Amino acid sequence: MEAVTTRDVVILGSGPAGLTAAVYTARANLRPLVVEGEPSSTSDQPGGQLMLTTEVENYPGFPTGVQGPQLMTDMREQAERFGAEIVTKKASRVDLSRSPIAIWVDDRDGGEPDVTTRSLIVATGARSLMLNLPNEARLLGRGVSTCATCDGFFFKDRRIAVVGGGDSALEEALFLTKFGESVTIIHRRKELRASKIMQDRAFKNEKIAFVWDSVVTDVLGDDRVNGVALRDVVTGNESVLAVDGLFVAIGHEPNTGLFRGQLEMDELGYLKAGPGTATAVAGVFACGDVQDHVYRQAVTAAGSGCMAAIDAERYLASLGET
Amino acid sequence: MAENIITVSDDTFDEEVTAASMPVLVDFWAEWCGPCKIVAPVLEEIADDKEGRLKVAKLNVDDNPRTAQRFGVMSIPTLLLFKDGEPASRIVGARSKNQILSEFEPHIA
Repeated sequence: MEAVTTRDVVILGSGPAGLTAAVYTARANLRPLVVEGEPSSTSDQPGGQLMLTTEVENYPGFPTGVQGPQLMTDMREQAERFGAEIVTKKASRVDLSRSPIAIWVDDRDGGEPDVTTRSLIVATGARSLMLNLPNEARLLGRGVSTCATCDGFFFKDRRIAVVGGGDSALEEALFLTKFGESVTIIHRRKELRASKIMQDRAFKNEKIAFVWDSVVTDVLGDDRVNGVALRDVVTGNESVLAVDGLFVAIGHEPNTGLFRGQLEMDELGYLKAGPGTATAVAGVFACGDVQDHVYRQAVTAAGSGCMAAIDAERYLASLGET
Repeated sequence: MAENIITVSDDTFDEEVTAASMPVLVDFWAEWCGPCKIVAPVLEEIADDKEGRLKVAKLNVDDNPRTAQRFGVMSIPTLLLFKDGEPASRIVGARSKNQILSEFEPHIA
């Protein structure tokens, strides 16, 4: 990554939004630089949330489905084929008030920026929320997992708990029935917000049980998980559910810390964009889950990534410098 | 796979890892694990950078469940650093090169 020349386009993030923006801007000869993020076992990683999934059944063009990580590997290859440059680094600071826009990576936040650019496409996505209980962090990798597809294998014939009531929670639960003796879904309300098709599948599955109106208040176990403490939010009753594994799927938060004080956000921290993908800062465009907590699909992220690429291209043309 | 990375199994683990004179970083991984794929090139870089001071080994948990169980591995990737035959440090989940090195470097001569 060379800071010598100012880039036309830098893309932060490499999920479906970022990589689609990369394909389009690369094909427009803008030689995009994709700052794809750093390895982690949360969804804040290169490739994004789909890296933690298995079968994707609703991405158009794949009549028999496609594996999430495979789809992302293919998108990355497609972007590279047209000349996108991809670096496995995470942006640590951006200064959108400068012209050109300044970006630092690798935990640096001062000195000369690592890269400068005339336009910026923000596609940093969202990451899964955890319960934020002290024992949850302590038992991570000891029965607490952030990745069902990675770790389901370790819970053959064990008792598993999944926390959450949306599509992600039910997808994880259904996946985990391939391994576990039982899968108990713990949900803080008494109805699910998941789609009808996922609810039908979950209710039909004999291995899946539900604990309604309940929240997890503690994760129990010395060197591995042996249970979770629950509180019934209606009656206030406390109880313990004996399980060997805990998977959390209670929703997402946007990766927008980098832009605090620089870009407009809604009350949940998602970026505000529009018309199109434009933010209030000239030359800065937002696409994918970082600006969308309504649709949150791979295909809508890809679609808005394409929009951001076209918006950036028009912006650059209006500067008359490309 | 980089030539500096060796593959170990349930059968060769003690010979290659616990009996080694040099510290050994063992990557517990499996084919189906997305984050394992992301961290693999980082480990190749580390193996090259630390050649002669650190041995880097990969253990497929699907084919070698005994070793995974022996060290209580219940999430992948798990990176275990062995020194003098004993686990000296542990990272659960994929990390950046800098984060892995800052955790393991104190144990590497």
